[in-house]
Amino acid sequence: MSECQVTLIPDGPALIRGADRIRDADGVTHEATRPVVAVCLCGLTQRPPWCDATHKVAVKP
Amino acid sequence: MELPQARGALSATLSDALRDGTPDLSSVEPDDEEDLHLSLWMLYELHYRGFDGVDDAREWDPDLLTVRARLEGRFESDLRAACRPIVELADARGSVPDQLAAITAYDVGVSLPNFVQREASADQYLEFLAQRSLYHLKESDPAAWAVPRLEGPAKVALAELQYDEYGGGRPERLHSRLFAEAMEACRLDASYGAYVDRVPAYTLAVNNAMSLFGLHRRLRGAAMGHLAAFEMTSSLPCRRYLQGAERLGLGEPVGHYFDEHVEADAVHEHLAARGICGALVEAEPQLRPDVLFGAAACVHLDAVAAQQMLDAWADGRSALRVVRDREVA
Ligand code: FES
Ligand SMILES: [Fe+2]
Ligand SMILES: [Fe+2]
Repeated sequence: MSECQVTLIPDGPALIRGADRIRDADGVTHEATRPVVAVCLCGLTQRPPWCDATHKVAVKP
Repeated sequence: MELPQARGALSATLSDALRDGTPDLSSVEPDDEEDLHLSLWMLYELHYRGFDGVDDAREWDPDLLTVRARLEGRFESDLRAACRPIVELADARGSVPDQLAAITAYDVGVSLPNFVQREASADQYLEFLAQRSLYHLKESDPAAWAVPRLEGPAKVALAELQYDEYGGGRPERLHSRLFAEAMEACRLDASYGAYVDRVPAYTLAVNNAMSLFGLHRRLRGAAMGHLAAFEMTSSLPCRRYLQGAERLGLGEPVGHYFDEHVEADAVHEHLAARGICGALVEAEPQLRPDVLFGAAACVHLDAVAAQQMLDAWADGRSALRVVRDREVA
């Protein structure tokens, strides 16, 4: 398996470089179709597992 | 592409000069903003795809470059003045990504994305696409001028972002091509520059700012700040444009273009703000004010364009100019 690089964005997603597939918490595999993908960490995205920028309009607790 | 129709004394003389090279441009001033921005747009276009019947060598004609410099001087100083209050939204001690976030949170109280999502008619949506086509049919090209002017991590990040804009190795995924397919699905003319005669000065100004920043190495900071602001204000609006297209039943390619950008720009905004602008300012700290200026220019010019389009529609007018011969929407 090749190596991936993960960058955590404060209050935002995880940027993942070098991945072909992402497996979510339910074990479902999603194909990564671009060189860098953003995986939602806030749980509010409407298109999981990918970030759709909803975190920017989320009310901070 | 054909030369556009003149909008005043300068663009008329410039068209003649481009066709046969004779007229003397040294004493002709633009009549108004329409004339100025169209002239500047024509001069910039010589560096992109050029015009039918105009010698490609005119790109480096010293007389034309002199006129261009004159118009640019005026445009840049007006733009810097208009952007000052927006740049001040950024905390002077903040990190570059935080400063960019403050600038892109600039809110003028008008929302083109909300209107397009919920209220725009099909004709208004097509006008919106026609206006946007001036940029999206050369999507990301103005930022590409900056590549040889950056070094190290900022260059790598820009190349990474551009690779995605340019299809990630697949011509069928070129963003400019996705936009052309969206236009064709709506029976708009997707040929490059087809709507230049129909777009008002405010849309030409949006495009001219990107070319101004892209073509001058001294403005590389502004070019990258502009790119960051563009990406940072794209993902959420694209979701609204997508919903507007679905509401109006405009066809899959339109939805696909905006759908792609919800996801792509949720990545690109971080690549641009951190990877490019953060790294650029670290390498060249003196560029920070220009990075912020470029970002402010993006939000300012977008806000002006949005306001003008919404005003036209609120008055029951078209947001496009009426011209001889060609028809749209
Ligand atoms: S992290 Fe961006 S939508 Fe959740
Ligand atoms: Fe794009
Ligand atoms: Fe993008």
